[in-house]
Amino acid sequence: MSTGNMNLTLKIWRQKNNKAKGNLVDYKISEISPDMSFLEMFDVLNEQLINKGEEPVVFDHDCREGICGACSMYINGRPHGPKEGITTCQLHMRSFKDGDTIVVEPWRAKAFPVIKDLTVDRTAFDRIIAAGGFISVNTGNAQDANALPIPKFQADLAFEAAACIGCGACVATCKNASAMLFTSAKISQLALLPQGQPERYRRVQSMVAQMDAEGFGNCTNTGACEAECPKGISLENIARMNRDFYSAKFVSEEEV
Amino acid sequence: MASFGNAFSSSIGKKLIMGITGLFLILFLIVHCFINSLIFLNDGGLTFNIGAHFMATNWLIRGSEVILMAGLLLHIVQGLRLTFQNQASRPVKYAVNDGNANSKWYSRSMGLLGTLLLIFLIVHLSNFWVVSRFTGIPTTDSNGHEDLYAVMRETFQNVWIVVLYVLAMASLAYHLLHGFASAFQTLGWNHKKYSPLIKGFGVWYSIIIAILFAAMPIAVHTGLIK
Repeated sequence: MSTGNMNLTLKIWRQKNNKAKGNLVDYKISEISPDMSFLEMFDVLNEQLINKGEEPVVFDHDCREGICGACSMYINGRPHGPKEGITTCQLHMRSFKDGDTIVVEPWRAKAFPVIKDLTVDRTAFDRIIAAGGFISVNTGNAQDANALPIPKFQADLAFEAAACIGCGACVATCKNASAMLFTSAKISQLALLPQGQPERYRRVQSMVAQMDAEGFGNCTNTGACEAECPKGISLENIARMNRDFYSAKFVSEEEV
Repeated sequence: MASFGNAFSSSIGKKLIMGITGLFLILFLIVHCFINSLIFLNDGGLTFNIGAHFMATNWLIRGSEVILMAGLLLHIVQGLRLTFQNQASRPVKYAVNDGNANSKWYSRSMGLLGTLLLIFLIVHLSNFWVVSRFTGIPTTDSNGHEDLYAVMRETFQNVWIVVLYVLAMASLAYHLLHGFASAFQTLGWNHKKYSPLIKGFGVWYSIIIAILFAAMPIAVHTGLIK
């Protein structure tokens, strides 16, 4: 790994476990290359901590190429740091200046309890998906790929909604810790396609009910989620979810 | 019989109530602002008093007044409940949070702006509504109508009332600046063809309504209109 000349002060949230009281701890780190990713800088810090016999900082990461949704750091007051349209792993140290102080905190939400240090429990998202974020498919031979015609405009909208990687930046930045952008993306990606129609109105009701049960806040349309989403998921999805929810509750005669 | 289930108690249902009552109040403000602007005719409040007389005696208007009060109360109670619930959704706050990087301050301060408006409303309703509906307007004008304009002139002699009204209208402008477009988004009306119009109209609406309302106490206090 290349060495560099950046000297930084890190203020990192350390918390032993879910029950313990955490606090911000200062770390000095030097000779950081501007070409390192933010997570590589954390790797360097952790190596130093291990060599000193201290506990390394626990943080979530997996693919490190911006597509898995595992990394989740609240950097200087913003999810995934100061750049737009990227995850923490895609953030590079050249986005900071030599001598900077960087504050790193975990996602904060009642529905995302801290497991340790910067790692939070995001299984609430999994339970929202499990509540209805699927389609029913018959077993047997796969259907011909283009058997169901889908207009390009519609397919693009579904694809844009499906770009959500479930990282939770929307919840983290929302002043209400609301999960509406995530939930609406997972509803929209199916509601926009023919395959999603049979369960469309059951899905919106059960996924919204699960979202509420998890303790996420209510949306107040500030638009912070859309601005911070690394995949650019649009607020249009929340409006679509609202429309489907009203249809299910006030138009449909079926009760869920 | 099938029921509406948790339609109104769910997170989306609660937003829906805020949106519908909010739009209803937005419509009311247009009527209120139009009738009050009659004072700018500068005819000693004669035309304004005709409007006020109509609003106080027409049975359809009086009926809608009950719905208006119910809608206002619902908007206030639901708004306060949502604000507290939303605060509870993040028990541990961030040490550093750069809210301005991704959203407007007034969109994040609807609870605060609404509370300021509630304080104003208590003063405002006791100044005019209680007088015209319950305790009675003391004098009549040359047309024989209750002289609500005289009540207005007297109230706005107090400079602190004028200051409170102007500050409240600043709160109203910012409350509407977010609330107008937000209500449509909540109703699901996010559309590539309509949303730019809704947003643009909402900005003009918020500014014009707030400026007209704020101009009234200033004009009366300074004697610009007699």
